[in-house]
Amino acid sequence: MKHIISALVLNKPGVLAHVAGMFAARAFNIDSLAVGRTDDPSLSRMTIVVVGDDRVVEQVRKQLAKIVTIVKVQDFVGQDMVARDLMLITVSCPGEKRAEIQALIEMFNAKVVDISSKSVMVEVAGPETKIEAFIDSCRPYGIKNVVRTGTVAMARYGRTQAENQ
Amino acid sequence: MSNKTSETTARPPRKPGSQIIVDTLIEQGADVLFGYLGGVVLPLFDKLYDAPIRFIIPRHEQGGCHMADAYARATGKVGVVIATSGPGATNLTTGLANAMMDSVPIVAITGQVRTELIGNDAFQEADTTGITRPVTKHNEIVKDPSLLAQTIREAFYIASTGRPGPVLVDIPVDMQTAEIEVMAPAPIKLPGYRIREQGHARQISAAAQAINDAQRPVLYVGGGVIAANASQELRTVAKKANVPVTMTLMGLGCLDQNDPLSLDMLGMHGTAYANYAVQECDLLIAVGSRFDDRVTGKLKTFAPHARIIHIDVDPASISKNVRVDIPVVGSAKYILTELEKELVHRDRSEWFQRINDWKKRHPLRYDTKADTIKPQYIIEEIYRQTHGDATIVTGVGQHQMWAAQFYKYKRPRQFITSGGLGTMGFGLPAAIGAQIARPGELVIDIDGDSSFNMTMNELCTAVQYELPIKVCLINNNFMGMVRQWQHLFYGQRYSCSSLQNPDFAKVAEAFGAVGFTVKDKADVPGAVEKMLAENRPCVVDFHVDPEENVWPMVAAGKSLHEMDGLDIFEMA
Ligand SMILES: Cc1ncc(C[n+]2csc(CCOP(=O)(O)OP(=O)(O)O)c2C)c(N)n1
Repeated sequence: MKHIISALVLNKPGVLAHVAGMFAARAFNIDSLAVGRTDDPSLSRMTIVVVGDDRVVEQVRKQLAKIVTIVKVQDFVGQDMVARDLMLITVSCPGEKRAEIQALIEMFNAKVVDISSKSVMVEVAGPETKIEAFIDSCRPYGIKNVVRTGTVAMARYGRTQAENQ
Repeated sequence: MSNKTSETTARPPRKPGSQIIVDTLIEQGADVLFGYLGGVVLPLFDKLYDAPIRFIIPRHEQGGCHMADAYARATGKVGVVIATSGPGATNLTTGLANAMMDSVPIVAITGQVRTELIGNDAFQEADTTGITRPVTKHNEIVKDPSLLAQTIREAFYIASTGRPGPVLVDIPVDMQTAEIEVMAPAPIKLPGYRIREQGHARQISAAAQAINDAQRPVLYVGGGVIAANASQELRTVAKKANVPVTMTLMGLGCLDQNDPLSLDMLGMHGTAYANYAVQECDLLIAVGSRFDDRVTGKLKTFAPHARIIHIDVDPASISKNVRVDIPVVGSAKYILTELEKELVHRDRSEWFQRINDWKKRHPLRYDTKADTIKPQYIIEEIYRQTHGDATIVTGVGQHQMWAAQFYKYKRPRQFITSGGLGTMGFGLPAAIGAQIARPGELVIDIDGDSSFNMTMNELCTAVQYELPIKVCLINNNFMGMVRQWQHLFYGQRYSCSSLQNPDFAKVAEAFGAVGFTVKDKADVPGAVEKMLAENRPCVVDFHVDPEENVWPMVAAGKSLHEMDGLDIFEMA
């Protein structure tokens, strides 16, 4: 089962290496990892997607919490939250297919961010399922390049807290 | 003019970083340091020249780290080791990993190249924090001299609290030479470091209830009890509730092994009565132990009838290997104290009857009638002549298991051995660290010939500092434990497991120590007597039966009750 784990970490060198090293040393698999600053310059947020049974993910959570530079760890499983991925994808787009692809982009609520005579670069954001569906839909036209951020997630306010109690 | 003067006098005094390091070490209670010199720690060593601190120079940084480790194990204080950058730091890694696996508090201070050279492949540069991250509880490089003192304070705090472990502070040489203002210690602020000392009251009550209800309970205790200085509390709990106690290799001495409640060691080379008791118990109470594979054997069939209580300060240890019914996170000392209040005495005569039957039927034994010197005989003889009071230190291998089986430990911190990592070469430097911690007391290293070969250069250290350690070599001219596995699992093909040894007695003499060799069984008691009477470092080379095996044995992947070697020497 897929778990989204959110870790608030000190904004210090070596923290990412520590997390990556711990995952490798304990044979845990990282599905995706997204790191970014928070509103507090001393803290960063890591969102880590791991696949494993409950026991494995419980160990992941505990081992993360043990790292001295990690301030807080939260597993979003079973919680009401919003999870999003961002993708840039370049698709072959010869003139005769342009209208078709344009329709696809609109259907997915995606955005064209670059265009050339032979291809188009599209920005898609949303839940992972939507990103995957867009990739599948683009396959027939020929995908040139894909870049994804990995999942970021946030608990919905109010309700999650009520559930936690 | 007058304004200016008052301004300068109000300023805090300034000192070089090297002095701040020394002052902070003293402030944190370090009275002995172990360490080795090198270019980027010279400013620090200059300040140690007239510091009120004892300094022990090993012959290799690994040795220094093991010395600090054993010093910490013997005293319960934080051991401190210092090394230079590059090769000095990389030489520490085995010692750090060893301390990490056995949860020993160490602060390691390494020099580093000047900050502006970091990343340039400078002379003797190594990515010390990168290399040591997986083998330390925490590490930190200091890049702002004003953070030096506080970083060292935090290192001591992290090393010694919660589940203890080694912490490394990497200090570039320009941090040591920088002149900085001396500041009063600030409170420790580590937002990512929380320790739970007090267990959850409801969990403690649930545990007490389960113990009171159990028909066939067993306490299974490990090094965590010793680390928490909770042996007394453990004894009180075991006595009050009337529960037998088995100890891991790291836990030996938690309970006096002469106590009728003691089941001695469990696991791969544990006693039959400990292993059977675990397999038949209806409640297993783990305290400061971590269900290591050498303890549990095949996990699926481990303690199959038992509910499990696990008391540990490290939440990540709980339900890592086995599913626990009643977890209690917190310090063993606190939890055992609280637990005791809710326990009642139970008779459990049937359970003790069964255990005593096992004890009678399957005591530890060996062939006492053999003509050769049996290793177990030497250890029994040492036990007899020291009245069970010596501090025993070991290398890794068969001799270590025999030292665990045939010496009965009375006190916590009496048996000092490399458990989790199984580091050959730990023995001699550890004996030195323990002897420094316990001047005037008897410290005996029961060592293997191959283990001793790895760090015997430290004999110089023992001679230089006039430490009367005793090294008792169980010399089988083999990597004995490896040979045993080759014997049992590789059709007696002893591939590469025998080495050509030097004449250890002569080696000892060349180092300035005392050395002698024992080849006859009849000479063993006299040799032990002579060794114990020596007041210089002393190496006794016992030529033992080369193909003796450690029994009983639970082969890897077998269940705990499936022990081999129980019927090898039937009692007459
Ligand atoms: C540093 C290190 N290298 C290799 C091993 C693997 N190993 C475990 S026991 C052993 C043999 C130990 O021989 P010795 O020290 O003579 O002790 P004995 O088993 O003969 O009592 C070896 C090679 C180890 N534990 N540590």
